[in-house]
Amino acid sequence: MHEYSIVQALLNQCEDLAKEHHAQRITKVVIKIGQYSGVEPYLLETAFDTFKEKTICEESELVMNIQPLVIVCNHCGKESILEKPHYLCSYCESIHVRLLDGEEMMLMSLEME
Amino acid sequence: MCKDCGCSLTQHHHDHGDHHHHNHTHHHETLHANPQLNDPKTISVITKILDKNDQEAMHNRAHFDDHGVLAINLMSSPGSGKTALLEKMADLAAFKFGVIEGDLETCRDADRIKAKGIPAYQIQTGSACHLDAFMVHKALHELPIADLDVCFIENVGNLVCPASYDVGAHLNIVLVSIPEGEDKIEKYPVMFRTADLILMTKCDLLPHFDFNITNAKEAARRLKPSADILEISTKDDESILNVIRWIEFKKSMRK
Repeated sequence: MHEYSIVQALLNQCEDLAKEHHAQRITKVVIKIGQYSGVEPYLLETAFDTFKEKTICEESELVMNIQPLVIVCNHCGKESILEKPHYLCSYCESIHVRLLDGEEMMLMSLEME
Repeated sequence: MCKDCGCSLTQHHHDHGDHHHHNHTHHHETLHANPQLNDPKTISVITKILDKNDQEAMHNRAHFDDHGVLAINLMSSPGSGKTALLEKMADLAAFKFGVIEGDLETCRDADRIKAKGIPAYQIQTGSACHLDAFMVHKALHELPIADLDVCFIENVGNLVCPASYDVGAHLNIVLVSIPEGEDKIEKYPVMFRTADLILMTKCDLLPHFDFNITNAKEAARRLKPSADILEISTKDDESILNVIRWIEFKKSMRK
């Protein structure tokens, strides 16, 4: 249950950015959660709604975009979207693939007033 | 400047690297100066949520590098044999090592390690289910790091949360014990994906459990084709020496 720590980091980031932009409040927080980032979106949302109270994000809407795994094959050059975390190319089955997306948690944008 | 140790590593050098932190204001600049206008504005951020942790992790890694210390993050579920492995390595390894221990409560693990004559520092996380780079940073100033070749960070026993946190180690070793069952690898993909080395521990118990090593290895390599995998038992010194040789090899590649 590390979603609390992640939300804490997110709220701190929002406070810093609000200060930087002289905003009074943040109305929307858009994040991208990799399907294999190791975080449970439902728990993250619950943690956000619990801990946003008395912060700059008190009235914020949280928009979560779930990002599936995307890899590119070093062998045939094609990109695959993976449903399961089996890191091989969907086209040529090479294991020489590079991860493009789906394992990270990113803050994408903020709407502020 | 590092506030705890006073070393001169800057905290923000990463800003020129991959994790670019750029803010584009889409509205005109007067809004910037006059918040009273009260118009909503959207800023694009594109920063890792755990950016601050990752900066601190890079700082820790640089600190280990300065002292020529190889740092290894040990992760597994509780009871798979992290501390037992360290105790056994204390008897068999030629390299000098220290241990940063993470647990919710008690100093039992650090006490076990210290009883072997190995420097250890216990972090009690309270209710936190993982170590982060800030906790490790504090702990590494409590160890005689200049005298060490290797520093192990024994993470909180947990196959979920520690996987999301870079603590500043160079390598990750993930353990799975035979009694836990071979399905653990597929059930906790994010954790096993982080592994540079996977240790199947308590292999002396194989005759008593339906744990198919071949299936487990295949599952691990679907997640992480480059992972090294060793079968070990603390009852078998040769198997522990294999782990030691792996660590020595990795260390020799970082000179």
